[in-house]
Amino acid sequence: MSAHFDIFVAGAGPGGIAAAVTAAESGKRVCLLDANPTPGGQIWRGLRLETARNYPHGAEFAAWQSRLAASSVEILPNTQVVDQAAPNRLRVELESGSETQTTDIEFNRLILATGARERFLPFPGWTLPGVMGAGGAQALVKSGLDPRGKRVVLAGTGPLLLAVAASFARAGAKIEGIFEQAPLSRLASFALRTMLTHPGKFTEGARYRLKTLSAAYRCNSWVKRAEGRGRVESVTVTIAGKERTIPCDWLACAWHLVPNLDLPRLIGCKIDSGYVAVDALQQSSIPNVFCIGELTGIGGLEKALIEGQIAGHAAANREAEARALAPHRRSQQNFAQQLDQTFALRPELRTLPTGQTIVCRCEDVRHSALAACTSWRQAKLHTRCGMGPCQGRICGPAAEFLYNWQSADSRPPIFPARVSTLAASADEASAGQITQCPTASR
Amino acid sequence: MQPEVLSITINGKPLSVPAGTSVAAAMLMAGEPCRHSVTGEPRAPLCGMGICMECRVTVNGLPHQRSCQLLCASGMEVVTE
Ligand SMILES: Cc1cc2nc3c(=O)[nH]c(=O)nc-3n(C[C@H](O)[C@H](O)[C@H](O)COP(=O)(O)OP(=O)(O)OC[C@H]3O[C@@H](n4cnc5c(N)ncnc54)[C@H](O)[C@@H]3O)c2cc1C
Ligand code: FES
Repeated sequence: MSAHFDIFVAGAGPGGIAAAVTAAESGKRVCLLDANPTPGGQIWRGLRLETARNYPHGAEFAAWQSRLAASSVEILPNTQVVDQAAPNRLRVELESGSETQTTDIEFNRLILATGARERFLPFPGWTLPGVMGAGGAQALVKSGLDPRGKRVVLAGTGPLLLAVAASFARAGAKIEGIFEQAPLSRLASFALRTMLTHPGKFTEGARYRLKTLSAAYRCNSWVKRAEGRGRVESVTVTIAGKERTIPCDWLACAWHLVPNLDLPRLIGCKIDSGYVAVDALQQSSIPNVFCIGELTGIGGLEKALIEGQIAGHAAANREAEARALAPHRRSQQNFAQQLDQTFALRPELRTLPTGQTIVCRCEDVRHSALAACTSWRQAKLHTRCGMGPCQGRICGPAAEFLYNWQSADSRPPIFPARVSTLAASADEASAGQITQCPTASR
Repeated sequence: MQPEVLSITINGKPLSVPAGTSVAAAMLMAGEPCRHSVTGEPRAPLCGMGICMECRVTVNGLPHQRSCQLLCASGMEVVTE
């Protein structure tokens, strides 16, 4: 089974939705695919049109969701891109109930909008039940986890820390402290610049802080270890050089975000300083492949929406319309750069793991074993680090930070592929059909 | 309006949760680990969005189900791996 589209958009977060709608409104036949059951991506996760306006960012969601519904975009939910079958053909897996179906999708132009995920850093005790990603904890609360009366510590870095603390406080949790590793000087200049250049974002941050005023917010402070028997019971943090131990039920960690580069890497797009390199029209180093949103720099909702519209216009041959949006794009890119600079991880965080600390949670590979390796490739061969079911999605960015290793290139299939899909790919490879695809070295 | 309540079992013990609760959320509320690691450590949900695989459980006899991506259903039997 296969299908052909003018434009194929992978990832239905704000960036992908804006791109697909913009291109379809220009008369192109567009397919929008996502692994999730409904469009929305990270920030609009779980919102519904009827109730969206009661939530932060709900108004933008309602506006774009209505345009999407009125457009001719063909939406493929519950579907993952797993491999590139030919230069203009991607292999996808469609899940329905317990059934999985494999299909190839052909296109003239490709827009990648696969967004970002949370970064995790290892420290003693981070594998204890009750230690979670901040965004992960928020997603769990949205899916029914009851935080009322729970004592929650938030630690790490970035705007997500405060946003998640506010949503926990609103849901009835007791916030025992918010610990930001960035120094006060950088936070102060970030706040000032944001107030002047992006007042909306400044107000949003200030509102989150107002909701959590009863809890201490400390900068220059970070988690040293988590302890407990069978689950986290206390967290030790360092605050301006002094250690303090805080009893808690949950520890929510945010170490900023990392882009989901598997797909751009698979296609062979050039990566520069951790993000996909693109031109003024969002086109990557591979002609007719556009990358947008968090893939080109962690910048949040507005950046994804602007870049999505630029790519949508450009892919539909409306270059003038795309170029008209350049000033908005520049402003959002500046904000993304400020985020990276303000919340850059301090070197002390590299010293958190002890030799016994597990870095690869799938295979229980410890820091001592990895510190003895010289590259990601060697670590994989000698320790099985990154070879478990998460395929290095958690330990990869951690190892990159701890040991300065470059992540290995993506190898198809992008997860989680079924055995039947693997078999189909293997058949074609042996028949020589995918030899000319411009994928990165395998 | 009160949300509909479902009954499931976690490691044989009954638990009632509102409809729409993910299995991962139910495991955390029950205080049960989802799986044990290759060296025997208890593990529970980490990423909440289908990436880390720490939340794998056995559901109605089917192993390795990502509980953060699965909603509770009436009568479901969930077992730690
Ligand atoms: C946990 C979390 C919480 C966040 N909370 C906030 C917040 O409160 N405020 C804020 O401004 N920003 C927040 N962000 C930042 C967020 O990344 C941006 O605001 C915005 O959602 C980015 O849009 P995007 O379109 O680039 O990507 P995303 O919204 O991340 O969307 C990417 C989509 O691509 C899909 N996808 C990825 N790979 C594949 C594949 N191989 N096959 C099929 N589909 C795939 C994903 O399922 C996802 O739906 C959060 C990010 C994370 C990770
Ligand atoms: S909690 Fe990470 S996959 Fe479910």
